[in-house]
Amino acid sequence: MSATLDATAEEQAADLVLTQNLKGFIEEKKSVPGSLISVLHRIQNHFGFVPRSVAKETAALMGVPLAKIYGVITFYHYFRTDKPGRHEIAVCMGTACYLKGGQDLIDELETLLGCSCGETSADGEFSISAVRCIGCCGLAPVMTVDGEVHGNLKPEDLAGIVAKYRET
Amino acid sequence: MAYKQYLLVCSGTACESNRSRDLTEALTGAVAKAGLAGDVQVVKTGCFGFCEKGPIVKVLPEETFYVQVKPEDADDIVNEHLVKGRPVERLTYRSRESRSFAKLEDIDFYQKQVRVVLRNCGVIDPDSIDEYIARDGYVALEKALFELTPDDILGELRTSGLRGRGGAGFPTWMKWKFTKEAKDPDKYVMCNADEGDPGAYMDRSTLEGDPHSILEAMAIAGRTVGASRGVIYIRAEYPLAIERLETAIGKAKEYGLLGEKILGTDFSFDIEIRLGAGAFVCGEETALIASTEGNRGMPIPRPPFPAVKGLWKKPTVINNVETLANIPVIIARGGDWYARIGTETSKGTKVFALTGKINNSGLIEVPMGTTLRDIIYGIGGGIRGGKAFKAVQTGGPSGGLIPAANLDTPIDYENLAGLGSIVGSGGMIVMDEDDCVVDIVKFYLDFSVDESCGKCAPCRIGGRQLYDYMDKISAGKAGPDDIGKIRDIAFAMQKASLCGLGQTTPNPVLSALRHFEEEVAEHIESKRCPAGKCTRLVVYTIEADKCIGCTVCARRCPVNCIRGERRTPHEIDQDACIKCGQCLEACKFNAVVKS
Repeated sequence: MSATLDATAEEQAADLVLTQNLKGFIEEKKSVPGSLISVLHRIQNHFGFVPRSVAKETAALMGVPLAKIYGVITFYHYFRTDKPGRHEIAVCMGTACYLKGGQDLIDELETLLGCSCGETSADGEFSISAVRCIGCCGLAPVMTVDGEVHGNLKPEDLAGIVAKYRET
Repeated sequence: MAYKQYLLVCSGTACESNRSRDLTEALTGAVAKAGLAGDVQVVKTGCFGFCEKGPIVKVLPEETFYVQVKPEDADDIVNEHLVKGRPVERLTYRSRESRSFAKLEDIDFYQKQVRVVLRNCGVIDPDSIDEYIARDGYVALEKALFELTPDDILGELRTSGLRGRGGAGFPTWMKWKFTKEAKDPDKYVMCNADEGDPGAYMDRSTLEGDPHSILEAMAIAGRTVGASRGVIYIRAEYPLAIERLETAIGKAKEYGLLGEKILGTDFSFDIEIRLGAGAFVCGEETALIASTEGNRGMPIPRPPFPAVKGLWKKPTVINNVETLANIPVIIARGGDWYARIGTETSKGTKVFALTGKINNSGLIEVPMGTTLRDIIYGIGGGIRGGKAFKAVQTGGPSGGLIPAANLDTPIDYENLAGLGSIVGSGGMIVMDEDDCVVDIVKFYLDFSVDESCGKCAPCRIGGRQLYDYMDKISAGKAGPDDIGKIRDIAFAMQKASLCGLGQTTPNPVLSALRHFEEEVAEHIESKRCPAGKCTRLVVYTIEADKCIGCTVCARRCPVNCIRGERRTPHEIDQDACIKCGQCLEACKFNAVVKS
């Protein structure tokens, strides 16, 4: 995950600003030491990622340098700085899933969606990422789509699953 | 409780992804339709552990155990079993010899297990504090408040012999004692629920199935060391566990078991939840603290240990989820009782996430001292698909591979360390003949390199170097001197890395060199991968006498590297071949050979 320093046009768009609700949460948390990560979780839950414009606003509101916020965002795998697809696919690459063909699932998804792992498909519908163990090793190999777990998968199952989400 | 029968439905993450929520609804509906709503209660419980066969339904009081139940089966269970009293044979567990077992204790998967940590998982509704209390929940906290002094509690823990279950195996009573003796009046109790080891989900299942046991243990720890605040640091990737913890904390406060003046005493204890954000290194104590304080999760040199100077520079006792789950039982039943389970140096039980190429994947709990063979062939039901066993990996990226020759080793901290692995947090991944040790080691190194925080050079640079050497080996480009270089780097990392992550990164490599030297050597000397996993070493050839020149393979080849006239034997251009294996699949005459 890399953070570009220049704000993109998308980030400057008017809707990528803190909501009243989020502002309230930050006000409430800013005096609680160590709450930056909880604030970032709340922001990512709302936007699906941490937009640069919002990171700047947050820095001002919390009184911390923007560099500190980006230091945290880029350290942790969970936070992302780019907009995810409408549906987020996470393929488990824990050891059990790796042994049972997790990589084959990623290869198949890349072919199906025409984008590589870590990217979003051109139509903005799906993004693919590889995640560490999601703790469903008994069902390996597994992936989640928008948090919903699909287990015991074979590459040939994926086209059907993708099609199902495309419709919803 | 006035119900005559209970239907327990597993609602762990694995079963929920197999529609156990729909199943619970279907069962509730079917029970109501049969007019049994007053007699039968449908309860969602935590993980039964037998994830391979989920979703699982258990009927009480007769203890009938149904596996792989679908919502469509709800009517049968209700109409046949509950109404007519006839167990539904087709849904009971069948062993490989296809004997049918109706009861949990008869199933091979459960026979050698002893459930202390998982005592309530699959038994109670995790969202119900009443059910936890009915199973002697919070009895230990009461005892800790009214009958025992903090020193008595330390004494019980010392007698029990409990050691940290997060991986290092440090005696729990000593950790608590250091924090208790620290002078500062402000202290913290932390629960480390940042379960990052890939292929392990013990803590997740415990938190999802029995959240109150962790809260109770943390309150006992608070009472013992003199802390009034607790923090649970949990992975954001475990939403169900977080939700259940939040519910549990709310309920415990409502019942006066957490918060101000617990059970009318002067002892107050509050717990807050902090979410991790996906960094394996945060399982290390000092990195965990840095992350809880809202910073990048980077470790700092120890001493001072967190027991003396931890969260917000205050004395902090940090225990892993499984360690904590043992504590209420030890306090309630006594350290002596606990010390009777296990081996000389390692007391009690250990939970393992048994996964990989095994018939019965799932979450298991066995007494320390159980052999790997009993686990893999007894509980696990042997290797999937009748393949040959190759190795079992314990301890994740910090652990090592254990070969067939050592399967009769009784598991404890010292024995596994002696084999070059560790007990670790409890991942146990079984590998078969199709898995290549070089490939596995590369997988773990890739993980450790990615998760290295980059603060100290031995870990940041050493891990990458080790990976590059292993990659050279898997590409058939390594020379005989490279093994010596690998050993030198590994030694430097073990001695000079700042934290446990860097110190243990070389373990998978070293264990592969120790137990699978021949296989590694074959990659280097003969440029061959016996398991056929290292694709750059695989060669596809066409046997001229079998090839009839049908051209199917040539047309299928994505890089057009197969040449030959129609009806004459074809040939693969090895320089252009990308080893995709499509020709092998396409050939109907077995003329394509993979070697």
